[in-house]
Amino acid sequence: MLIMFLKNAIRLSATFLYGATGEIVIEKGGHLNLGIPGVMSIGAAAGCLTEYALVTSIGNSSPALLILLPLLVTILAGVLMGLLYCFLTVTLRANQNVVGLAMTTFGIGLAGYLVNNESDIYIIGSVGSVFNNMFNVPQDANGFVQVFFSHGILVYLAVIIAIAAQIVLSKTRLGLNLRAVGENPATADAAGINVTKYKYISTCVGCAISAIGGLFCIMDYMGGNWGDGYTLEGFGWLSLALVIFTMWRPSLAILGSIIFAGLYTFSNFAGIAAYQKDFVNILPYAVTIVILILTSIFDKKKKVQPPAALGVPYFREER
Amino acid sequence: MDKTVAIELKGITKTFGEVIANNNVDLTAYRGEVLSILGENGSGKTTLMNMIAGIYFPDEGEIRIDGEIVSIRSPKDAFDHRIGMIHQHFKLVDVFSAADNILLGEKYKGFDVKEEKQRLLDAFAEENAAFEAYKPEEHTGILSYMFAPKFHDEKEIKRKLSAVPLKKFTNRMKFGWLSRGRAKSLQQIAKKYGFAIDLKKRIHDMSVSEKQTVEIIKVLYRNADILILDEPTAVLTPQEIDKLFGVLRKMREDGKCVIIITHKLNEVMEISDRVAVMRKGEHIATVNTADTNEQQLTEMMVGKKIELNINRTEPQEPTDRLVVEHVSAISREGVKILDDVCFEARSGEILGIAGIAGSGQRELLESIAGLQKLNGGDIWYFDPSNDNEKVDLRSKTPLQIRNLGVRLSFVPEDRLGMGLVGNMDLIDNMMLRSYRHTITLKPEDGEVKEAEDCEDKLDTKIKLKRGLTKLGRGIASGAVKIWSSVFLDRKSPKTLAETIVQDLEVVTPSTHTPVRRLSGGNVQKVLVGREIAAAPTVLMAAYPVRGLDINSSYTIYNLLNAQKEKGVAVIYVGEDLDVLIELCDRIMVICGGKVTGIVDGRTAQKEQLGLMMLGRVCETEPQETLKEGVGDDKD
Repeated sequence: MLIMFLKNAIRLSATFLYGATGEIVIEKGGHLNLGIPGVMSIGAAAGCLTEYALVTSIGNSSPALLILLPLLVTILAGVLMGLLYCFLTVTLRANQNVVGLAMTTFGIGLAGYLVNNESDIYIIGSVGSVFNNMFNVPQDANGFVQVFFSHGILVYLAVIIAIAAQIVLSKTRLGLNLRAVGENPATADAAGINVTKYKYISTCVGCAISAIGGLFCIMDYMGGNWGDGYTLEGFGWLSLALVIFTMWRPSLAILGSIIFAGLYTFSNFAGIAAYQKDFVNILPYAVTIVILILTSIFDKKKKVQPPAALGVPYFREER
Repeated sequence: MDKTVAIELKGITKTFGEVIANNNVDLTAYRGEVLSILGENGSGKTTLMNMIAGIYFPDEGEIRIDGEIVSIRSPKDAFDHRIGMIHQHFKLVDVFSAADNILLGEKYKGFDVKEEKQRLLDAFAEENAAFEAYKPEEHTGILSYMFAPKFHDEKEIKRKLSAVPLKKFTNRMKFGWLSRGRAKSLQQIAKKYGFAIDLKKRIHDMSVSEKQTVEIIKVLYRNADILILDEPTAVLTPQEIDKLFGVLRKMREDGKCVIIITHKLNEVMEISDRVAVMRKGEHIATVNTADTNEQQLTEMMVGKKIELNINRTEPQEPTDRLVVEHVSAISREGVKILDDVCFEARSGEILGIAGIAGSGQRELLESIAGLQKLNGGDIWYFDPSNDNEKVDLRSKTPLQIRNLGVRLSFVPEDRLGMGLVGNMDLIDNMMLRSYRHTITLKPEDGEVKEAEDCEDKLDTKIKLKRGLTKLGRGIASGAVKIWSSVFLDRKSPKTLAETIVQDLEVVTPSTHTPVRRLSGGNVQKVLVGREIAAAPTVLMAAYPVRGLDINSSYTIYNLLNAQKEKGVAVIYVGEDLDVLIELCDRIMVICGGKVTGIVDGRTAQKEQLGLMMLGRVCETEPQETLKEGVGDDKD
């Protein structure tokens, strides 16, 4: 039971980890992208439709292609959403909250329309198994192996991306410059950093990472079942909460996402009645609020703070 | 002396919407000189310099550097032309360490494989030649072995050369990585120029002077040889200014071109070789500092003769208006910001408060205004409208304190941060202070009285009519009361705004312009003007002339003096010690939240104040100790 619980938590955590890592990369560049649920939905839809096309044309003969091509299309869809967001918020300097929320509504709606348009989309469920269990761990393996090594490739990719993001952000000049853009774009600009370029690239990369989370959620966690699309939206919002929960650190997000996933799936394993389930499902959000309260009380030296220029558009000649 | 032109501006014009910030400006700066740019607020000094630094791009005109026309479209271009600007508001990232701020945005210099190969080949050839020429018998024993040159054969050279492209890659990676020892390596650069600063410290925890040092090191690290400093002395103590000027002189000796923007005439005279005067966006003249004097410069700057005297009158019957006793306060971070502060402010007197920025001036004023939580002490106010009754201010809300006539006009470093709302226009900003007052109907006294007088003589019909009129008027006034409690009175704020614009010569397109569009000095005039208009009994003005030009500054000083003559107790927190000495009747110096002394403004010495600001307690007759003190400091 416990093994099943942990295994499931780690598996689900990848969705949150993708979303949170993407959003952290975006927010470090000073942009608050509330469109993450939309980006994840669009990414998932693009991936699923590619998968559908592959399954109908070549069947499940080439597992590598079945994973890589949808992944590539998903990343591309994420970048496109990022470009749209950047064009509106960086170039046209529109309000980031409004654009973000609009992208969520737009993304979920469009994704639902595209996917539900294909009446036999359910057949991608037949290749859901190529995504999980990349090491072919048998069912009766010992607990440790089952918990940590019975997952699909995308789970490990999430951890690798999170660690890479952490290293780039805190240990390289690239990360230093990006953080400066998010903290104080005028300073970064005066130091000769191309603020617009950094904002565009960080947002697009972040959106691409988040989009993979959508694909993972549908193809791996849900086993190729699109469902109603609202589960994915909920996961998107949880990813945003996770960003605050982990205080803008991708490395902490690895642990944080597992905690979130544990809290989220807790109700399935604790034998809780259906009507109490919704109540238990608010736990991740409640924990985020508690963390926010605790950090505001105890963070006297202001070491843990969101990027100072988060949500503020930058225009060099502003007076 | 032979001078080379560093930078030359020709016919530069820049407009912001309808406002012409710079009009056809010509300016030349040479290497190995300090050029001052002098001008009033809004005369376009900073805009002009921002165009050199790549923040703005000129609409017309050309910039030549070393004789070549250049196009500076971004700060990056400016760096490429070795121009470095230290802005008035420091461009530093608060949460980064000093070292990270210095490294920020540094570009990889590139790695030429061909060049590196050639360098290696030359080195090998040289060593091989040395090997041929080497005669072991000239050296003895073990030394002959140790210093013997090595011979590099073809194979080795080939191997080393083939590794060069890889080296290009590793070099690039090494550059991209933030090494742990980065602060240490930069420390050496700081040492070279004689700065004592911990580069691992976060900007957040630094003093203004330290931040400025970081800015200067940053510019030097980028190899800038044209340095622009925008009002660098505004927030420094006299001692720190001396230190800064020392650094600037060193740079001048190094052959760098230093351009300094300032309002302070005495500094212009002290540091610069030449002065360029600007007025209303135009370049008036450039003169050699040695050939001019302060009076002449002021006239050029303002365009007319003005009196640069503060007319200090003797206080008229000063009585205690505000008594502060043993006030202490602790900041949110748990640091003691006010420590046993005692003083009294008297009516008809200006009390100056001097101190390094952030020594507790703000907290002190805010505690009087009821905005700061105190940990101990008392603040008493003697109400002149109520026979000098003693009132405990600590038990009052900020609003009650305001209504007693205690007014705070605080000009923070971020001018729009406190007191004014940037996106609102002048009138609305006036209204921020007046919206609580309702419209008062002027009762037509005479008419009513007359009506009452002849009441008896009237017959009932007319009485009824009168009664109805009265009733009607009652309803009308009731309606007005309701009306005025729901809707705002916009008329009187409008008049007030217009008066302030006229009296203080605020430069604004109209009273409907959002305040943030005004230049800094004009914003301040609006803020100070509004507080004075409220007819206070205690007027606290913190940095009211920060960043203001001479003309506007003296307008403000005169306003304060006028308030003093009216019997207002004025508390003036200032930065310029010369002004404090000239303006104030008494000067209180605080350092680290503690009062280090209160001296008479008429006998105070600048050096003495400077030392007290740094924490030296010397209260009475400091003349003797003072000289020693200064001597000590120089050692």
